[in-house]
Amino acid sequence: MLGALIIVFREVIEAGLIVGIVLAVTKGLAGSRLAIAMGLLAGVVGASLVAAFAGAIGEALAGVGQEIFNATILLIAVVMLTWHNVWMASHGRELAADVKRVGEGVRSGSQSIFALGVVCAVAVMREGSEVALFIYGLVAAGGSTAAELVIGSVLGLAAGIAVSALTYLGLVAIPQRRLFAATTGLISLLAAGLAAQAVLFLQQAGVLTMLSQTAWDTSAILSDTSLFGRVLHTLIGYSDQPSVLQVVAYCVTLAVIYVLTKTVGSRRTPAVKARRATAG
Amino acid sequence: MRMVSTAVLSLAFVIGVGAPLAVADDAARVSVTLKDHKFSPAEPTAPAGKPIIIDVSNLDSTPSEFESKTLRVEKVVPGGGKIAVQIRPLGPGRYRFFDDYHEDTTEGFLIVK
Repeated sequence: MLGALIIVFREVIEAGLIVGIVLAVTKGLAGSRLAIAMGLLAGVVGASLVAAFAGAIGEALAGVGQEIFNATILLIAVVMLTWHNVWMASHGRELAADVKRVGEGVRSGSQSIFALGVVCAVAVMREGSEVALFIYGLVAAGGSTAAELVIGSVLGLAAGIAVSALTYLGLVAIPQRRLFAATTGLISLLAAGLAAQAVLFLQQAGVLTMLSQTAWDTSAILSDTSLFGRVLHTLIGYSDQPSVLQVVAYCVTLAVIYVLTKTVGSRRTPAVKARRATAG
Repeated sequence: MRMVSTAVLSLAFVIGVGAPLAVADDAARVSVTLKDHKFSPAEPTAPAGKPIIIDVSNLDSTPSEFESKTLRVEKVVPGGGKIAVQIRPLGPGRYRFFDDYHEDTTEGFLIVK
């Protein structure tokens, strides 16, 4: 029972942190709760499919299907998070500044909400498939009784959801004015961490072979398999033994998001204003 | 954004299909089997300074996840299934690997010299 609890909690916490952040980011946006619920549902269905076809995925693409699949869904999440931040940079301030414009902002924000729904789906799918495989293994091995497994898994899931709720409540306690800056920063770090993970899978697949030496080893100080290490791993992409290329990917992602939000944000705002002026 | 993402993803797929065939040539191969949640051999050896391919065969009926922090590997091995993992050229040393689903009982070391 304890085994099931720990494994389920460990996997759920990673998806839970991401969902908590997304919930806080989209608080008050019309349609966001539905989009996130759909994302979670799609994630659970996706996780079951990935677990059921784990063998076939692994054998695909000359034996590196699993790595390419993982890297691909991680990169999708990176693109969606980047897109969201760029959208927020060009519309977020108007949303907060003027109630009258909120209606328009929310309508044009539906794509951004969709993007974050996809992020939730991807997070749940990745972690959920591991939970499904693990539980299947326990059931097949027959070590624990079914009741013990169910209790352990439910407790693990509940603990994971509690972390998700704490993340959300912690973030929405930040004053509205600062929440925008805080979540933009968090999402950038989240995206950079996921990009570094995607690179790890591409290196594992032999797709990327350069800069594979270890950049640093801080496993003795803070192991990324410890609870705190795992939380940092999900939130800011902390890794105790990253490759140099992972560090490069992390920095490049941060730089790209920064430049995109600056340039797109400043370019779009005057255009929107001009359109409003002619319409009004 | 959509165009960029499509380009990135298709690139990943295209390289993904071609690359493993190219890497496999000069690599040293090491085989490990999993039975009753034990690695055998538990301490396989490999040469230093060459790419390494570890073939992992799972003779158990339950899935496991072959994982190593130092080798930077994380890959599911289905029950009764077989995977190959590619490792970068390594310096001499002992590199720990384990089954992520049974970490307490299932571990081994890759001895590189």
